[in-house]
Amino acid sequence: MTTAPPRIEEENPLAEGLERQPIRPTILTIFGATGDLSRRKLLPALYNLAHDGALPERFQLIGSSRSDMPHGDFGDLARESIAQYSRRKPDDKVLDGLLEHVRFVGGSFDDSSVYDKVGALLDEFDEEAGIAYNRVFYLSTAPSFFPLIVEKLGEHGLDEHEGAEVRVVIEKPIGTNLAEAKDLNRRVLAVLDESQVFRIDHYLGKETVQNILALRFANELFEPIWNRNYVDYVQITAAEDIGIGSRAGYYDQAGALRDLVQNHMLQLLTLLCMEPPVSFSADDVRDEKVKVLHSIHPPHPAEVEEMAVRAQYAKGVVGGEEVPGYREEQDVPADSDTETYAALRLEVDNWRWAGVPIYLRAGKRLGRKVTEIAVTMKPVPHLAFDQEGSVGVQPNQIVLAVQPNEGVTISLGAKIPGTRMRIRPVNMEFLYGTSFLSESPEAYERLITDAMRGDATLFTRDDEVEAQWTIIDPILAAWEAADGEVADYDAGSGGPAEAERLLRPGERWRAI
Amino acid sequence: MSESGAVWSERDTSPADIEAALRDLLKQRRAEGEAYAPARVLNLVVIADRDWRGEILNRLEKVGRYHASRTILCAVEQGREEIDAVATMEAEESDVTAGRLAIAHEEIVLDIGPRHLEHLDRIVDPLVVTDLPTVVWSPHGHPDAVDALIGIAQVVLLDSVIEPSPRAAIERAAELAQRAYVVDLAWLRSTPWRERVAATFDPPQWRAELASIAGVTVRYAPGSEVAAVLMLGWLGYRLGWKPGPLKGEDGHWTGVATADDGDVSTLTNADESMTIPGLAGVTIETRSGLCISLDRGPGGLTARRTTPDGHESSWTVMGASRGEAGILGEGIRQALLRDRGYGQALAAAQEMVCP
Repeated sequence: MTTAPPRIEEENPLAEGLERQPIRPTILTIFGATGDLSRRKLLPALYNLAHDGALPERFQLIGSSRSDMPHGDFGDLARESIAQYSRRKPDDKVLDGLLEHVRFVGGSFDDSSVYDKVGALLDEFDEEAGIAYNRVFYLSTAPSFFPLIVEKLGEHGLDEHEGAEVRVVIEKPIGTNLAEAKDLNRRVLAVLDESQVFRIDHYLGKETVQNILALRFANELFEPIWNRNYVDYVQITAAEDIGIGSRAGYYDQAGALRDLVQNHMLQLLTLLCMEPPVSFSADDVRDEKVKVLHSIHPPHPAEVEEMAVRAQYAKGVVGGEEVPGYREEQDVPADSDTETYAALRLEVDNWRWAGVPIYLRAGKRLGRKVTEIAVTMKPVPHLAFDQEGSVGVQPNQIVLAVQPNEGVTISLGAKIPGTRMRIRPVNMEFLYGTSFLSESPEAYERLITDAMRGDATLFTRDDEVEAQWTIIDPILAAWEAADGEVADYDAGSGGPAEAERLLRPGERWRAI
Repeated sequence: MSESGAVWSERDTSPADIEAALRDLLKQRRAEGEAYAPARVLNLVVIADRDWRGEILNRLEKVGRYHASRTILCAVEQGREEIDAVATMEAEESDVTAGRLAIAHEEIVLDIGPRHLEHLDRIVDPLVVTDLPTVVWSPHGHPDAVDALIGIAQVVLLDSVIEPSPRAAIERAAELAQRAYVVDLAWLRSTPWRERVAATFDPPQWRAELASIAGVTVRYAPGSEVAAVLMLGWLGYRLGWKPGPLKGEDGHWTGVATADDGDVSTLTNADESMTIPGLAGVTIETRSGLCISLDRGPGGLTARRTTPDGHESSWTVMGASRGEAGILGEGIRQALLRDRGYGQALAAAQEMVCP
């Protein structure tokens, strides 16, 4: 029998080959534990991880928020939230196990006693178990509390723990402009090392987003043509058919550019355009993504008009139902000029992409919910075919559908059956749902696991966030300085006509 | 969960007719709605006794999303000479009505006789989707059918715990592993245990104890000795032990493995109170006095640790029971992956039970 060298000191020999790698014992403390995100996403994600046996071998949960309540009441709230929002019906015994020792600390986040109590609970768990648990603090609060909580953790010595790791997960948004993002990073990194900070962009937790890297770097087919010699232009779309719902308070301050473009859409762009990383370690991947962002020239104020379009939805018809315009939505000021649609034309000025326009558009109340990347190839150099009587030969397109109906479609020219040589585009489709047995985990399940494991590959680094804001900031500034009316588009339509002016002659936005 | 389906059937039919019928079924579904898309993940060929056909179909139904994209069930009936077939194409009704992508699964039930088994590949080969992995599962024996199909299959799914003799089970699995990739449900039953033993020793303060393990006890449901032996084989291989033969009877097997720092006593015990196949518990003791045990408990596994200084602690390692349907579904999913650990554990297990 061949024996495996144990190498016990360097690595755990029992972990090799396991599909699910061990995660060290962890206590997760959620600040903002009774809030919407926690109830809808975080607590259900924790339950599903527990159900799948994917939580650390030893795991404890502490909730904290401004409203005080007994430990048991928080357990009840968590139980109800999980029952309501979990992707699977909870198993009572697993749920009991998850919530058996749950603890809650109520109080204002600027109140030092909150951190004293959290610290005491953390020490208590350590003492009971006879181990030093890793500590993960999840900031699921209003963004204004992010620096305050991190500073308080530092003041109370909770930023480090002998014999274990301390990590802090920060939700989006990381600032509302470059200055705020820099200030937040500065204050956070005055307490923590960058390796301890996990900035969430939940798009990166989606399987289909991660598959962009697999498609590009696990297939010889695409890489030779993934450059300016073959790619004519790229369109990245994040369209929603819904309005703002009850989020007017947040959305009217943010707008489409901050809500979707600055973070999620620029992430899609970097994954699409990055060079192959040396390895898939966190910093090798993020180094390449940051290079892409640095290659995008931030617009001068005078250039914004020609490379960016904003618009707001007016009343219209969605799915056969009449819906109000943005300014008629509940709690939206009647004179709001917040954009619910943003479209940009960017260029990645590097050897691979120079001269290839990359169009981004995001909006609410559009005709359909779709997130996709469409890469349009250059036309063939010479056509020997008769175009008469057909739509003719169209450039190939590679469409990466992120949601819904996740998959990849490649359009090809094919002969129309008959006696003449006439061509029309047909689609070659790969659909995730037809090709894999497993159900994709929720993005938060993956991201919480990675944060507990200390793998930051799918989290945004400080310089990455700042590079994103460097591109977006001048556009925001120009829009804020402009006095003109925001363009509008009918709810349920494909967006404003003004977006057409971003395109080059002969180009069209893909139908939503 | 209701399903929308189309059915075709014919008596005394041929593979070519069945294949043509499947193409027609897909055309019909597509004509009803463009949302239909045939799943294209893997072919599963099942050989089962005719009397147990319904039970096998029920088990396959319960695997849910791990359903093979094309299932070919060959139901063997004594004395049968001709082949009858029923083909169905089904998608979730809720997907069809909601306008979502309706992923259709195909199922072919062939009623065949023993005379068809020797050349079963000639019947099944035209029916599998080309370029997809093909998995063979023969829960009621029929080794001749498995042998006939192994040339067109990449994966053999088996459950070693149903073999009456652990030695025979391990020899058969090892023999099949020479010719195809084997997914053994007995091995998958130990997955959560392996993951949790690995996690228990992951913190640096406990990892050093792996070098001084003095004894391992694996408890198992009566009949599941193979799962226990594979668990021991895995642990021994990963820690570089030279396995010694297991000896014993009545569900109690003992042995000694040789590690760098001394001997390791290995023991497997049947737990008569356990009524479902698989493992019941694992206890690992080290020469320093550390003792760690995992046992089935509510909502997961109950872990107990006694440290050399006598400190005792107990906690629950959370995880829902997968049930037999979950184990079978996991077996189908694993057919698309490659786990080198099984072959390593199997080789070690062979040294223990077939010295």
